[in-house]
Amino acid sequence: MDLRFTPEERAFRDEVRAFIRENLPKDTAERMRLGHPPRKQDTVSWQRILNKKGWAAISWPKEWGGPGWSAVQRMIFIEENQAAPAPELLSFNITMIGPVLIQFGTEEQKRRFLPRAANLDDWWCQGFSEPGAGSDLASLKTAARRVDDHYVVNGSKIWTSTAHNADWCFLLVRTNPNAAKRQEGISFLLVDMKTPGITVRPIISIDGSHHLNEVFFDDVKVPVSMRVYEENRGWDVAKYLLGNERTGIARLGKSRERVAVAKAAAREVRFNGRPLIEDATFRQRIAQLEVDMKALQITQYRVVSAGAKKSDGRPDPLSSVLKVKGTELLQASTECAMDAAGPMANPVWAQELAAMANEPDLFAEASEQSTASYLMLRAASIYGGTNEIQKNILSKAVLRL
Amino acid sequence: MDFDLSDDQRLLADSVTRLMADRYGFEARKGYLKDPAGWSPAMWAHYAELGLLGLPFAEEHGGYGGGPVDVMLVMQEFGRALALEPYLATVVLGGTALQLAGSAAQQASVLPAVAEGRVKLAFAHGEREARYDLPFVRTTAKRSAGGWVLDGAKSVVFHGDSADRLVVSARVAGDDADPEGIGLFLVDADAAGLARRGYTLRDETRAAEIALHDVAAEPLGEPGAAFPVITRVVEAGIAAMGAEAVGAMEAMHAMTLEYSRTREQFGKPIGANQVVQHRLAEMLMSMEQGRSMAMLAAMSVTEPDAAERARSIAMAKVGYGQAARFVSQQTIQLHGGIGMTEEYAAGHFFRRCLVIEHSFGDTAYHLARLADEVE
Repeated sequence: MDLRFTPEERAFRDEVRAFIRENLPKDTAERMRLGHPPRKQDTVSWQRILNKKGWAAISWPKEWGGPGWSAVQRMIFIEENQAAPAPELLSFNITMIGPVLIQFGTEEQKRRFLPRAANLDDWWCQGFSEPGAGSDLASLKTAARRVDDHYVVNGSKIWTSTAHNADWCFLLVRTNPNAAKRQEGISFLLVDMKTPGITVRPIISIDGSHHLNEVFFDDVKVPVSMRVYEENRGWDVAKYLLGNERTGIARLGKSRERVAVAKAAAREVRFNGRPLIEDATFRQRIAQLEVDMKALQITQYRVVSAGAKKSDGRPDPLSSVLKVKGTELLQASTECAMDAAGPMANPVWAQELAAMANEPDLFAEASEQSTASYLMLRAASIYGGTNEIQKNILSKAVLRL
Repeated sequence: MDFDLSDDQRLLADSVTRLMADRYGFEARKGYLKDPAGWSPAMWAHYAELGLLGLPFAEEHGGYGGGPVDVMLVMQEFGRALALEPYLATVVLGGTALQLAGSAAQQASVLPAVAEGRVKLAFAHGEREARYDLPFVRTTAKRSAGGWVLDGAKSVVFHGDSADRLVVSARVAGDDADPEGIGLFLVDADAAGLARRGYTLRDETRAAEIALHDVAAEPLGEPGAAFPVITRVVEAGIAAMGAEAVGAMEAMHAMTLEYSRTREQFGKPIGANQVVQHRLAEMLMSMEQGRSMAMLAAMSVTEPDAAERARSIAMAKVGYGQAARFVSQQTIQLHGGIGMTEEYAAGHFFRRCLVIEHSFGDTAYHLARLADEVE
């Protein structure tokens, strides 16, 4: 038993760190350092740079462009990439549709979509949640009626992240409304977002950003060849997708980056006659976050190293621990960074800052983004299966209650 | 990075698990408590037979050359069984002090006797006013004709009442709180001028107040330069107690889970209520985070960089301390009234965790130390 990285793992980490430092476009690095989320173009460019290096499809087998990394190497890469901070790989492409097609797709589907997904030539989005079906996914109602060699899709999806950027959508639809069990009448389709009848309506979130959407399907024709796996067996595909390797779900690198931002802000401002960074209460808050990050890091190592030795391919229910603890930490660290900004947490500067291009006010910009991150990441305990659902999973799968 | 146990470690864990399952049920433990020592001399002999008492010592001293991970495996089982014996005091605290500071002759005379179960040790460092401050030592050591003599008082010395030899810290120079000028000394428990008052801690383990008046003592290492050794002894203690806390959390979580399956209210098991399920899930999460931190502590004990080691150990103490507090409080809460009773095991695990938290620096103490280091 040894917590330290082996010399090979250390060398790998250094290689990743150096590659990111040397290849992350400067303007992307600068924006992200100030806390801005990456723009679409930042994400696309960075994933293409990584793909050229063979580092985009990190969990895929080598024959489909994967780097052949161990689970530990993948974790190191994800942590380094988050902590840089650099745009994260598009999870819809890399951890969702890619592995699904590799497992369930036809040869034709794999050849057509996988290389483009790795290179982000296609931006994918996930059409799962519906207005009446969030955590209770199996109650979805969007219907697909089979007509000759295609389906006709009607209904709507909600909380569809980045649908406005997307070229393709993987979609859960109901193909048999009369199935004995709700789960048995669902199919998994691949839909070109340019198909007539699709409308994307933005949902602006409380941080002011446009990340989420509602997507309407009105007699949308989808060729039967775009169905993944058997008709009415889409639930198996969805379960595989949701249970797939979730290294990085804890987003530890992001928490680390937020704590660093909180400390940087605390050096700039005062509290009770001294710099905030010298205040004992603030320092204890940072120390507690650092303790929690350390515990999460080791738990993540344990899950990853146990997963690397498992052969059944089933997800470790302890990954629910990572999801809950990771998002709690993410929320606590964004909260801390925002609080450190003090009254500067309040203004929304975007337009003023843009107008002052010649004399950037970096503290104002970073403070604004600290609040934006805080607001945005209130969603962290909701998405990916709410933390309450994760506790349900733990009590069923681990505690057998 | 590697979380696997070696074959030897698996064997060790299995044999301790079996021993404790066979002989350390909660009822058997009640019997051990009645022994005048407050623990079981028979179990001590079993530990010696299994090689546990020499586990971390070198082979030349009758030991097995085990490391902190081996000790962790043993302590985890002891935590699960609420073992009462002076293992921490003798093997971990006393043993570490002798291994780090003892001369070849001292090690050769004491460690084999410890491994065989003939000699028990205690680490007499803490003093009333010091609270958790490690360098605060008022007990003095002075040269005398025959060597050294100690004067002062030591407080809450784990198993100080049954130890045959005590490792005592005393000041040879400097102010009360100066890390420089502290020595460690080996003292016979029956030496003239040494008075012990033994008592039971909240968790039913034993401890003692020790008064020293002109007690003849043998230096352990260079008198005056012992602070780094004291620090390492305490770090080893924090790591060992972390493993014990993990064992206790495992036991509490298991008994609470079982209780929630069988205890019925309003016509169904209480575990059918989502609020209870979620609480148990939260306890599980805390326990796993605590386990990670206990592992961190064990694997940091041998870290050569003192600052790095201190930081990891402090983080671990905070992390497993908070986890153990949450798990033990929720154990009583979910049990309801029965959890409050002396006859039921829950409250005993609760109190072991309470004692662990208030040993070698509590959560607030270690968090404050970490806060001092924030850059």
